[in-house]
Amino acid sequence: MRKWFWGFLFIAFGFVCSIAAERNPRTERISGSAGDVLEDDPVGRLKVYVYELPSKYNKKILQKDPRCLSHMFAAEIYMHRFLLSSPVRTLNPEEADWFYTPIYATCDLTPTGLPLPFKSPRMVRSAIQLISSSWPYWNRTEGADHFFVVPHDFGACFHYQEEKAIERGILPILQRATLVQTFGQRNHVCLNEGSITIPPYAPPQKMQARQIPLDTPRSIFVYFRGLFYDVNNDPEGGYYARGARAAVWENFKNNPLFDISTEHPTTYYEDMQRAIFCLCPLGWAPWSPRLVEAVVFGCIPIIIADDIVLPFADAIPWEEIGVFVAEEDVPKLDTILTSIPPEVILRKQRLLANPSMKRAMLFPQPALPGDAFHQILNGLARKLPHQKIIHLKPGEKILNWTAGPVGDLKPW
Amino acid sequence: MKLSALQQSYLGRRSNSFRSSGPLDSSSDGAFKSPAAVFWLVLHGLSCLISLLLGFRFSRLVFLLLSTSSTYTSPFHSPTELAKTLDIRSVIPADPVGNVPLPFPNKTATNSRVVVGRHGIRIRPWPHPNPVEVMKAHRIIERVQTEQRLQFGVKDPRKIIVVTPTYVRTFQSLHLTGVMHSLMLVPYDLVWIVVEAGGVSNETASLIAKSGLRTIHVGFNQRMSNSWDGRHKLETKMRLRGLRIVREKKLDGIVIFADDSNMHSMELFDEIQNVKWFGAVSVGILASSANIDETVVEKRGEEENPRMPVQGPACNVSNMLAGWHTFNTLPFAGKSAVYIDDRATVLPRKLEWSGFVLNSRLLWKDGDKPEWMKDIDTLDGDIESPLDLVKDPSVVEPLGSCGRRVLLWWLRVEARADSKFPPRLRNSNNRSLTESMRLDCERILFFDFDNSGSVSLARWIIDPPLEITVPSKRTPWPDTPPELPSHEKPVIGIQEPIIKHTTKTRTSRSKRRSKRKHDETRTDRRTTGFDKTLQN
Repeated sequence: MRKWFWGFLFIAFGFVCSIAAERNPRTERISGSAGDVLEDDPVGRLKVYVYELPSKYNKKILQKDPRCLSHMFAAEIYMHRFLLSSPVRTLNPEEADWFYTPIYATCDLTPTGLPLPFKSPRMVRSAIQLISSSWPYWNRTEGADHFFVVPHDFGACFHYQEEKAIERGILPILQRATLVQTFGQRNHVCLNEGSITIPPYAPPQKMQARQIPLDTPRSIFVYFRGLFYDVNNDPEGGYYARGARAAVWENFKNNPLFDISTEHPTTYYEDMQRAIFCLCPLGWAPWSPRLVEAVVFGCIPIIIADDIVLPFADAIPWEEIGVFVAEEDVPKLDTILTSIPPEVILRKQRLLANPSMKRAMLFPQPALPGDAFHQILNGLARKLPHQKIIHLKPGEKILNWTAGPVGDLKPW
Repeated sequence: MKLSALQQSYLGRRSNSFRSSGPLDSSSDGAFKSPAAVFWLVLHGLSCLISLLLGFRFSRLVFLLLSTSSTYTSPFHSPTELAKTLDIRSVIPADPVGNVPLPFPNKTATNSRVVVGRHGIRIRPWPHPNPVEVMKAHRIIERVQTEQRLQFGVKDPRKIIVVTPTYVRTFQSLHLTGVMHSLMLVPYDLVWIVVEAGGVSNETASLIAKSGLRTIHVGFNQRMSNSWDGRHKLETKMRLRGLRIVREKKLDGIVIFADDSNMHSMELFDEIQNVKWFGAVSVGILASSANIDETVVEKRGEEENPRMPVQGPACNVSNMLAGWHTFNTLPFAGKSAVYIDDRATVLPRKLEWSGFVLNSRLLWKDGDKPEWMKDIDTLDGDIESPLDLVKDPSVVEPLGSCGRRVLLWWLRVEARADSKFPPRLRNSNNRSLTESMRLDCERILFFDFDNSGSVSLARWIIDPPLEITVPSKRTPWPDTPPELPSHEKPVIGIQEPIIKHTTKTRTSRSKRRSKRKHDETRTDRRTTGFDKTLQN
């Protein structure tokens, strides 16, 4: 009997030890408001039908300008490619829960590489006219079970200037659809209630290639590279970034703790890995790829953008990972940062070190489990099942197809 | 992200501000000349003319006075420029078109605190770093780095035992301070054994007391000779004395030999934690000589950079120890320094002691240690190289990725023979004031005794301050003015005036990772300027 007792004790001890050892002291599990959903597998939870649009909506545009594959709006293209070969795709539209329309609306680039959104409303409209006439699924719900990827500055408002974008509002025919966009700001016209915010595209291979050894000590306190004044469009300041970036520069350009400048160093990625905090202030739009880069390189993001909605906000508890500073508190930024207790900082670093966090921000090709594509699908799956009310009675029409500026009604 | 502002957008922006809640107006399409547009154009032109006359942007003043509704105010502390007058506008976005009966949220956009428009740039009254906060930030950085070291660095770091032979001389404080500061930065436990030729002296004691490290300071009863050969032999004996202390006190850790004029990198101390019993690292040899520039330039005019000779372990392809890289003394035959104050090249030995590290357990009398280690009591000082401590040189572990990384640098630089270094306390007479010292690298005339005549410690004190400075013959900075007056504020071109917002260039400050020589010289120039002003 004694032997059995000791044997049992030994086994129990080993069991406890193995559980304790499993919890890696370097990372922590991430669970947002929707629960511990970062590692969910969307396969089997939803079915997506991909419309076959003529190639003038997607492939031909890409052929005209292959730069679209590497700029920060490339998520729309990669999402299409991912869905074409994903197990959630179904060829039978009757059993589909969600419908995807592959339009590359952000691929009309200027010579310097900036996307022009002027033709996008017409393009989207023409595509929807096509799918509503060729398939019955749009008219069934007027698009409430369709989703679109609109990664432009202000999402489906299709303008780069915020005032213009607010004026236009979300394209009227997309009002009922689910919008997958990078823009997110609370109480803003261009963010619908059910939209899914995604991170902007950042090239995963480039970032993986520039990793430095993990024992390199983090010696930069705050790091930022980028514009403070947009001299071309807003020379006096005050308009660009609502004056927040200019305030950062004026207050902290003499501060040795803040490594901020407008240079374009070749060691940008390596420097981020040597910094503790990375500034992610708003620009003309509140989102930027800096957030993705900061998360991938383990640098705590300092988000200076009032009311911003960050990517996958229900799956990732951004409050615990980043530091949110109100734009009016920018002059006190150094006080705010130095008064964060070191344990909190270490905890944030542990959360950032979680590989599922880094994977959720990236769009790798080919897709990996837990990456941003899967998070989008998870988000769509969480919105299921569709409410009965979205199915319209025959003959019922809700959307006003002729709403919006006159120029949008021209055919494309 | 933005294209240059179009005129229509400008008009549109302005018209938005005066419309509290208007219908959607597509003023972006077409250029229709309505009376309203013409009116705004005229007003705009008028404001421009007035601004030209007055010298500031008149329209801002008008807007400030006329703007009524403001859902968002912000305090601002700004410099005196009027251009930063706060201009508050509220743009209330129109409701989205499309009255859907769905549970679609009714967009009451006035809930938003965030408005589009021109905001003030908030600057606090004293936009400079607060020293308390800088210290707090440094503590945070230290804590983060400690955590990084715990997670990714060496597991179970061992104590480091540093053995340094030294003696009192002109350049002692220069060299010893360098080593001391390197050791103070080492993140592991440290014991510093300082063996001093000629007995324990106050100068050395006071110097190493500043380090805050645990030190063991012993004297060696033999005066240092003035020939390099004699010095090397004595240093070997002093090191053995240090090793005997390790044995007596049964210190447990890794023994490293840090000569006081060597330069150590911090990675060295991380790398030696990997040693098991007896290891070797690569040492870069900076064979110094005052004449080396001329000789080198004559001989190799076409070669870019003469390679630095490296002493250390050599490995074969399977990363096993295959031999040793030693210093080639042939090019210097006959031209090497014999006496410590010679101007010729100082040569290292074949294998320098500083390139070897050993586990302190090898020195203990008892305990389990490999049988290839000789007992240090049986040796007595006449060891040529540290390899004589082991019976079989092949057991040495090569460190630093098999000797490919140079982790420390050997250098011997001593003052000239006629440098009248102040003598020690027990030898001092009441020397009078006017002693002039000349050092090898710079010619600075200064006076360094206090009037009472007794020397407490040999510190380089510039008291009274310099009256005449003579610039050194060769400076690395090509545009230094020939005269360096010490009483005037130095005129240095890099101090650009700090203009608030129109320039985007940074004022030069030492960048942590600046690799450009240009920048380094600029900061050097600035610090010498400050030093000179501090003396006044």
